[in-house]
Amino acid sequence: MSIRDEVVAELIAIAPEVEEGDLSDSELLRDQVDLDSMDWLNFLVRLHKRFEVDIPESEYKSLRTIDDLTSYIDTHR
Amino acid sequence: MIEFNMPALGADMDEGTLNEWLVKPGDTVTRGQIVAVVETTKAAVEIECWHDGVVGELLVPIGQTVAVGAPLATILEAGEKAEPRASAPAAATEAPQQDAAPAQAPQAIPVAVTPSPVGHRQWVSPVARRTAASLGVDLKTLRGTGPQGAITLQDVEHAAATAHHEAPMPAPAPKPAASAEPKSAAEKARERGAAMRASIAAAMSRSKREIPHYYLADEIILDTALGWLTEQNAGLPITERMLPAVLQLKAVALAAQRYTEFSGFWNDDGYKAAPAVHVGVAISLRGGGLVAPAIHDVAEKKLDELMRDLTDLVARARAGSLRSSEMSDPTITVTNLGDKGVDAVFGVIYPPQVAIVGFGKPAQRVVVVDGGIRVATTVQSSLAADHRASDGARGALFLAEINRLLQQPDEL
Repeated sequence: MSIRDEVVAELIAIAPEVEEGDLSDSELLRDQVDLDSMDWLNFLVRLHKRFEVDIPESEYKSLRTIDDLTSYIDTHR
Repeated sequence: MIEFNMPALGADMDEGTLNEWLVKPGDTVTRGQIVAVVETTKAAVEIECWHDGVVGELLVPIGQTVAVGAPLATILEAGEKAEPRASAPAAATEAPQQDAAPAQAPQAIPVAVTPSPVGHRQWVSPVARRTAASLGVDLKTLRGTGPQGAITLQDVEHAAATAHHEAPMPAPAPKPAASAEPKSAAEKARERGAAMRASIAAAMSRSKREIPHYYLADEIILDTALGWLTEQNAGLPITERMLPAVLQLKAVALAAQRYTEFSGFWNDDGYKAAPAVHVGVAISLRGGGLVAPAIHDVAEKKLDELMRDLTDLVARARAGSLRSSEMSDPTITVTNLGDKGVDAVFGVIYPPQVAIVGFGKPAQRVVVVDGGIRVATTVQSSLAADHRASDGARGALFLAEINRLLQQPDEL
């Protein structure tokens, strides 16, 4: 499973109504998926646990698309 | 011997179906222990028992619908011997008798929450209520033929049949409520969604019918609070980081502790302030609908503890599993629609509570500070309060106190 697919799997764990085929990797996730700040935090916590990457709060602003998350995880794990 | 009753589960829930017993006769129970699971329209509610003792008899079989206040089990106190009850409990699926009404406050809950019915409430059997909801029958238009004029299943089915005769409705074909065929998951979810909609409709209609709301708003500069939070979070692993919502909850609770006319219950005998502040958190559910269960003793809790409680509460609410005390005893509610992008929200009070505090979206806005123009991150706070219990002048002080507390995050 690629990093990208694992990221999407964790997203769907938070938002089960999401259809993978409807997601665009380069568009803002918050525009595509109904995520409040608690969902977003829980999503990042899941990524942190799955990939054992540290995600400082200062990075949140730059992590807004599936592409952003995939490349962040790729460089930091 | 103590009769352990079905606790109140909030103004919009007057019954539940027993899903599971977690204890059996002879088991020792302690205060606060979860002894049963009851299915309601909003969640599977874990029923806590508020007595110490030994379970005597379970009075409600699995699958039976019980009204709030109805006896669920007998509990024997230390030294007591089991004695069988003389009469079998009245099944709540029959027309509920007076003693099953929520007006008789269940003794089992820690705070005396008494969702009071309006005057002489129309008795409706639970199965009739559910069937009416699924068939789109307005109970208010019916005349009951059951005991004490209670509306029975037969009354509802008769009304539905008549309505279909006169004006065929686009509603799905009526199904008997206790269908023997297993239902698909999608069908169950749809039914639950419809039932939750009906619960919310009932509670919010009652609120707007009975509660003279007044509304106030304030703009809170958040720079200090958010800066402080960023500093705190920088030193914490992601699993322990806090959201701004936690600061808001704590500020509301501390302010409510000081301005007691906003945290309590309005019942038939007037307003009664609650001894502790349990903040109901409005949580929207993914399939639609919302619940507003309580975090207990918010004013006494540290922020990290509140964050853990909030995370846990949101997760359980969305998974559809809550505890009876969380459903029954919020003393004031907070609704935060900031994440949905709105500037402000003016809530509808959840009876018998008397106030709801709203927060909109934190955003950069132009503000005037000390005579100079500045760009600051601000949030619109709002208060909807019950004019029977408080006046606008006190409401203004309450809202100002929330603002003041958010300028002193160290004190939260």
